Amino acid sequence: WKALRRPLSTVKQVYSFKEKHHGDLQGAGDQSLFTSLYTSLAQQLPREPMEWRRTYGRAPKMIHLEANFVQFKEELLPKEGNKALLTFPFLHIYWTDCCDTEVYKSLVKEDMLRWQNSLRAHGSADWVIIVVETNDNKKKNKTNILPRSSIVDKIRSDFCNKQNDRCVVLSDPLKDSSRSQESWNSLLLKLRTLLLMSFTKNLGRFEDDMRTLREKRTQPGWSFCEYFMVQEELAFVFEMLQQFEDALVQYDELDALFTQYVLNFGAGGNFGWSGLLLRRPIDMEKRDGIQRGEASLLDLRSYLFSRQCTLLIFLQRPWEVTQRALELLHNCVQELRLLEVSVLEGALDCWVFLSCLEVLHRIEGCCDQAQLAANCSHTVGLWAYATDKLKSLGELCGLVSEKEPTSEDLNRTVDLLAGLGDERPETVNSLQSPYKKLKEALSSVEAFERHYLELSHAAMEMYRAIGRLRSARLVGKSLAEFYMRKADPERAETFLQEALKSYVSEGWSLPVTHTRKQIAACQKLLGRTEDYLQTSALLAGDVNLTTEERKHFCQEILTFAGKSGDQSQKVTLSMGVFTQLTRLQFRPATASVHSGAVLQVELTLRCLMPVSVHIQQLAASIHFDLERGGTNGRSKGTQRQTNPGTVEFHQSNSSAGPPSSSAAGPPLELDEIQDRSPSDNSLNSTGVVCKNTHLVMRRHDSHSPPDTPNCVSPPAVAMKEGAQMLKVQDVTLEPGNNSIIFTAPSGQPGTYTLRQLYATVGQVQFVLPHIYPSVQYEVYSQEPQLTVEPLSEPLLAGLPQMVKFTLLTGHYTVKKGDALQLSNTDTMPILPSSSCTARISNPAAEIIFDTYNVLSIQSSEKVTSISLPPTPPYHTLEFHLEVLCLIPSGDERPANERLTNGEVRHRPRSYSHPDTPMTAIDQRMSIDCPWSIYSTLLALTFYIPFKTKHSLLSAGNRKYIQVCVQNVSDVNFTLAEVKLTEKQHATLELQSLNTKTQQLLCSKHSVFCLWEVRWKDDLPSCLQCVFSADFSPLNQDISAFKPFHYQFQFERVTTLYSVRADILPPAGEQHCRSGLLCGLEVCITRLTEPAEGELAEDSKTDTDGLKTTKLMYEVADSSSNWAVCGKSSGMVSMPMAASATHKVQIEVMPLFAGHLPFPKIKVLKYLPHTAAVAIQPDPDSCVENDSLSLLDKALDDQGDTASIRSRGSVHSVGSGDQQQKGVAMPRLEPFSPGQVFNHSYTQQVLVLPATDDHIMEVNAT
Amino acid sequence: MAVCIAVIAKENYPLYIRSVPTQNELKFHYTVHTSLDVVEEKISAVGKSLGDQRELYLGLLYPTEDYKVYGYVTNSKVKFVIVVDSSNTSLRDNEIRSMFRKLHNSFTDVMCNPFHNPGDPIQSKAFDGIVSGMMVQTG
Repeated sequence: WKALRRPLSTVKQVYSFKEKHHGDLQGAGDQSLFTSLYTSLAQQLPREPMEWRRTYGRAPKMIHLEANFVQFKEELLPKEGNKALLTFPFLHIYWTDCCDTEVYKSLVKEDMLRWQNSLRAHGSADWVIIVVETNDNKKKNKTNILPRSSIVDKIRSDFCNKQNDRCVVLSDPLKDSSRSQESWNSLLLKLRTLLLMSFTKNLGRFEDDMRTLREKRTQPGWSFCEYFMVQEELAFVFEMLQQFEDALVQYDELDALFTQYVLNFGAGGNFGWSGLLLRRPIDMEKRDGIQRGEASLLDLRSYLFSRQCTLLIFLQRPWEVTQRALELLHNCVQELRLLEVSVLEGALDCWVFLSCLEVLHRIEGCCDQAQLAANCSHTVGLWAYATDKLKSLGELCGLVSEKEPTSEDLNRTVDLLAGLGDERPETVNSLQSPYKKLKEALSSVEAFERHYLELSHAAMEMYRAIGRLRSARLVGKSLAEFYMRKADPERAETFLQEALKSYVSEGWSLPVTHTRKQIAACQKLLGRTEDYLQTSALLAGDVNLTTEERKHFCQEILTFAGKSGDQSQKVTLSMGVFTQLTRLQFRPATASVHSGAVLQVELTLRCLMPVSVHIQQLAASIHFDLERGGTNGRSKGTQRQTNPGTVEFHQSNSSAGPPSSSAAGPPLELDEIQDRSPSDNSLNSTGVVCKNTHLVMRRHDSHSPPDTPNCVSPPAVAMKEGAQMLKVQDVTLEPGNNSIIFTAPSGQPGTYTLRQLYATVGQVQFVLPHIYPSVQYEVYSQEPQLTVEPLSEPLLAGLPQMVKFTLLTGHYTVKKGDALQLSNTDTMPILPSSSCTARISNPAAEIIFDTYNVLSIQSSEKVTSISLPPTPPYHTLEFHLEVLCLIPSGDERPANERLTNGEVRHRPRSYSHPDTPMTAIDQRMSIDCPWSIYSTLLALTFYIPFKTKHSLLSAGNRKYIQVCVQNVSDVNFTLAEVKLTEKQHATLELQSLNTKTQQLLCSKHSVFCLWEVRWKDDLPSCLQCVFSADFSPLNQDISAFKPFHYQFQFERVTTLYSVRADILPPAGEQHCRSGLLCGLEVCITRLTEPAEGELAEDSKTDTDGLKTTKLMYEVADSSSNWAVCGKSSGMVSMPMAASATHKVQIEVMPLFAGHLPFPKIKVLKYLPHTAAVAIQPDPDSCVENDSLSLLDKALDDQGDTASIRSRGSVHSVGSGDQQQKGVAMPRLEPFSPGQVFNHSYTQQVLVLPATDDHIMEVNAT
Repeated sequence: MAVCIAVIAKENYPLYIRSVPTQNELKFHYTVHTSLDVVEEKISAVGKSLGDQRELYLGLLYPTEDYKVYGYVTNSKVKFVIVVDSSNTSLRDNEIRSMFRKLHNSFTDVMCNPFHNPGDPIQSKAFDGIVSGMMVQTG
């Protein structure tokens, strides 16, 4: 600001305040007046903020205005086109304390006019006139004083037409009165307003000019440097206004423009590489260079960045500095490359290095240690970049080697250092300046190493601290390369191994290969033969390398292997990198052989080597497990057999192949599990179980992936000597798949598990420590086994049937003369057969034909001997034999007898089988075998094809016997020679009523046969009958007929009573009517004289000496046709004489009309209680508590033969030993069937409907 | 146009990586691998602040003297990395974004192929074609 003050005197004085604030006020006038006011003015002006409204829609800001006051000089007024904003007079002030009209008229007005004219001449409309009024002045010139107002009015009328605010009165500025204070405040406000107005206006104009200038940048002759100065002026102004943000924007715009400018036009020239200089707020030296248009690209960039850096630090954004610095450095390098500026080799590196360090120093200068540590993510890039550049400088200057730098290197160093120039004065005194560092680092090999290591470690540590481990490892790798150059492979390897681990675990094959190659070099230098060979093996199989390289590494191994060294020189390497086991195949595929048999194992090996490799020995060690109880036989062996014949091995990831498997972890091995309730086997829950959780859940970072031989030494392998081995000598593995066949040992029975695989190549042995999944085969030893089974199901009893004998010889050799001894049984004779041949087959089920295969069967009384043909072990011998199982005919019970071999003969027991309606018989066989002192017991199940039933039918006194034969098998039979005989009574004649001699009996059908019983004197009360018939399967000749017998017996056959019933219609009616009572007349007649047994049994003598027996009758109508009115049952005392008759009248009422069957009449024996004590003829039919139920179901209690006997033929044998369980109570006993003959059984009577038929029943269907 | 394009699996192994010129392949592998540091940093930083509403494009991962490395991560944590020559100043941020979008679309197509086993290296010709279109044409 330039304040203009016009005092009374014409003396002009210029006050120029060099300050950093934003403008000048120009003023002129009395020094004493202005000086007296200046201090408070300068102090108070910036005290209150003003709202700054800005053009182009930028947000308004509150700013504090500060001013510089400068005495007015005409030559200080800006000329047309002046671009200097910093020295621009924004407001012109004329100070006056004139209160004398005369003085005003004579002097001041003129002066003011001149001032105004010069302002107008320079196009400045920003002015103000301040009239200072003091009481002193008034006092001094009391007499000719005009009122103050008049002076002000005069000035206003003279100068401020319509702009009254351009003239301000300041009264008593030096007094401490409220009036003066007030006037001060209004003055300040006025000044601020005017100043800001002018500032805005001028700034706007400036910006417009600047833009216009910028638009001209495509025109020839446009100078970037000139423009730079203009925009920087704006930046300065903003900076002075403390608008750092806006200032930064100006520089950023310049930066961008410059970049564009560089790209479009190019700029360049010679330059030094002294690096950035950030210690001064404004590097005037460089600025001058720019102003003169002499700056080089790097100078311009450096200056621009130093300004941006300063502003960013003002803005408290130091981390942006680092980020921008990195961008800048990269950018500059690119730009110089783009512009094809010829630079001394290494100069750029120097510049970058110095700049990096300078930025870091600058940041360190304005942040504390904690802030730095927390923000190393921002600085680490610069550290790494500096490290990189120092390294390349070191390489350039020959400092990275074992030897001292050559003279050529030294020359280069000197050139580079010369380009740096002298150290800047700012840093001359600091010990750690980038300049000094670079100089020192390039001074000697040792110093370089120290500096380089320091930087590297700093960068690595920072990377680690912020978790950028990959970056840290990359720096480490770079460090390793340095160590390699310095011939320090030991340290190099540490870093390389760490990097390698990361690449391997993340599956980056190319870096893996590269790093591994470097490691190989280290290991070779270190003389670590084993490690080197292991790495070489990896590299030889690495597809990322060229064939030449791979051959080289392979040759390294082969060369070592070919050396004839002592035993200790042997080296064990992991096999996975050399060759991979891909498949294993057993022959035979069951992987289970009997002892002594041949088992072959075929391995498929994929050789990864680039050339064919000769292997002296390839061996697989075997772990042998003696199978517990393993000699049992084949069934157990096959159960345990879980391996299929072929085992495929999942490829553990190869060293350089796609690592998806390792990254994704091992594949899940899942199994389904089902939890079932133990009681009813219902499913409780089901789920999936991972079998290899220990592999899947393993932490990946804490463990190198399985079988990746990135570790230096291969896994320690314990080679078990002496164990059984699969071996082959002298094989040549070609690159790719190779097939190798082993013959596996199979001497001892047990389980053989393949554990490890070895390949020996001279001094080198490749070992596969675990074969996974585990592979095993079994050798078993088997006892001979004899089985007998039906040739066809089911075996039918009573017919000749073929059974198949199968002998698995196992370890036993059947010699000539060996024979099977079958104990004969009566129930199942073996049918002799003339041509019985045996079939012998080997384990592969191939039939072996032999001349001795005809069996000779010799039967003696007790034993059937079958001589066997000679059969080798583990073969199968088969032959067929015809046997016949006799159908048990009835209830005969042969005494237990001993078989020839001392075994108790088991009576074949028949039982009903749930799966078939046929009755089954288990027939046991006892066979003596030559290989055992014990007999082999075998059972065959036969089925009886028939079910037979019999019944006794009566017609008055005449008796008939009916036999029903039911065919329950699936076979159709012919039935012939049906006969019924009675065993005991010769006089009895059974007259057949059957017409056919042969009858077809189809499957599931029945045949009924009937005989009439005729007798001469008396009918025996007990009949023992035998039914016999011949049967054969349909369409077979007579000789095929086999007999079938069926025994049964009847008791109490004779008809004792006849019962006759008659229904009498009601009196006067011709027919019965429903609803009317009828009479039922039952007439019971004794037919025969009492037999002896009967007399003793159930009669008693009446008081009148007549023998009577008590009968009970009962009328029951189960079908609800009749209503019995009154007594329905009663006792009858029957005289025991023939033709004794008893009639009973009972009233019944038909309930329906129609032909109604007669109600049922039952007659039962009534046994008074006394009689019960004496004899109990049939305890099974005991009636308890007067119950009328007939307990014939209790027959089942009778023992094992009961079920095949007729239910009706209750025989008395054995009943005596049964405990009498009846109490002495009166009992009812039914008559045996046939003892009572009912004449009116099934008779019907016509019943008419009731007469009053007003109720009609209509059944509509 | 890009000089190197890489697709990296969730587990950080490369699914696809191609670069021109081929003699610098190793260097690009190292560069891309190292860039995963920054990718992880950015993912975790974004994950903390915005949850699932995140921008897939990660922007410039880090510049080197010669190259600019840009990153992009899918919702399934598959990373795309595009390396661009630093001298190629005409390339705008929007163009990089659209390259990533194209890449992502093509990658999605590859994943939709029922015969492609996710996790296996990408061998699709269509994907290769898309990548080739984005690469600097040499010669």
